[in-house]
Amino acid sequence: MIIAILALQGAFAEHQQMLHKLGTDSVLIRNLPDWQDFIGRDEPKGLIIPGGESTAMKRIMRDENLVEPIRSAIAGGLPTFGTCAGMILLSKKIEGSDAESFLGDAAMDVVVRRNAYGRQLGSFYTEDSFGDDSSAEEKVPMTFIRAPFIVEVGDSVKVLAKVDGNIVAVRQGNLLATSFHPELNDDVRVHKFFLSMI
Amino acid sequence: MENRVELNRNLAQMLKGGVIMDVTTPEQAKIAEAAGACAVMALERIPADIRAAGGVSRMSDPKMIKGIQDAVSIPVMAKCRIGHFVEAQILEAIEIDYIDESEVLSPADDVYHIDKRKFKVPFVCGAKDLGEALRRINEGATMIRTKGEPGTGDVIQAVRHMRMMQSEIRRLVSMSEDELYEAAKQLRVPYDLVDFVHKNGKLPVVNFAAGGVATPADAALMMQLGAEGVFVGSGIFKSGDPVKRAQAIVKAVTNYNNPKVIAELSEDLGEAMVGINESEIELLMAERGK
Repeated sequence: MIIAILALQGAFAEHQQMLHKLGTDSVLIRNLPDWQDFIGRDEPKGLIIPGGESTAMKRIMRDENLVEPIRSAIAGGLPTFGTCAGMILLSKKIEGSDAESFLGDAAMDVVVRRNAYGRQLGSFYTEDSFGDDSSAEEKVPMTFIRAPFIVEVGDSVKVLAKVDGNIVAVRQGNLLATSFHPELNDDVRVHKFFLSMI
Repeated sequence: MENRVELNRNLAQMLKGGVIMDVTTPEQAKIAEAAGACAVMALERIPADIRAAGGVSRMSDPKMIKGIQDAVSIPVMAKCRIGHFVEAQILEAIEIDYIDESEVLSPADDVYHIDKRKFKVPFVCGAKDLGEALRRINEGATMIRTKGEPGTGDVIQAVRHMRMMQSEIRRLVSMSEDELYEAAKQLRVPYDLVDFVHKNGKLPVVNFAAGGVATPADAALMMQLGAEGVFVGSGIFKSGDPVKRAQAIVKAVTNYNNPKVIAELSEDLGEAMVGINESEIELLMAERGK
């Protein structure tokens, strides 16, 4: 199994360390040739879109001609995990914005609110339940940094975690997204959950 | 009590691999955001102009900073003077995302830095060497940048500071444990911080390059020397084509190890900021606040 981590900007190294802990190989994607090498590999694959600034990542993705290749891979069923900025990029719509998701029909059927907790003073840490029906109710560490949350979900979206009534983790088919940053704590359960989707 | 220091270090982690750009107007802030900046630094005058104007330079007008906060969705930073904790309180009151306790402004205190642990908002501070970096971290800074020499467009000091930090880090890593106590004494920092560097081979916080970065090649140079991201001050909006240069520097930071990409990015950028050589300037900002 090989996991690609989008390494255009943000906390990609932290995801790589988590995967390393779990004994899973990963490659960093900085440009189109990196992506083509990854897609050409003949083994089960997944993609992680890390935290960082979604506007910066979008800009670089467009300039590096990565948008269409990534969109078609996700539409083709590539298991993909987005944290924070990654959640924003996977969402169908950003609240208050008319911009179309670059993923088109492949996007998650959710509406996301950017900077939902305000500026850095609103960043916080908590522990709360995460998981679907198959797993027991377990609390995992959740670090929210200028984080988004989800304000609307479609019928086929499964809510995996809520904090104070707000949706902070969701799954739809091959897509997983969290508002918080599991890569910033030592707990590997959320990454394990993602790997179990592959 | 939640751990603000950890949360504030975490925000710096999200900025890694990115470019933080100095902006003086909401329009410039929007240009920076669209070009892919991971944050902007709001200030009334960029360092090159501060240098040209002379006199005392202070925190920017909060109204001007708020205008920039309203214009963009990325994090907004602002500078306060070294030791001026009331300027820092003001910036916290307007909910700035990061405060730069900066040698670019005129220092307000020639002995004490701000006790940054008293604040909920995060601080980034400049450093020329490992001792300065660890002293600032001990005071509560959750992000470090090289001082470089701001407003010059001359990268030599940023290179010197980054090389110095990295070589001192390597020195600590190679020490035996019983030598660390003496190292802490020489660096004038607590033993725990020295021990962290010895064990981990890096600072306990994110470390950016700043001060004199003007071209995509400069930015990639700093990344290859070990920076985790780059501040660009005067280099963008003092150049011939700010939009193109801003985009090129952003991409150079992502692909800092790929000369072919950087070669393409470096084409047709128009005029770089004119710049002043280190030896031609009278005021060395890097000597402020040790």
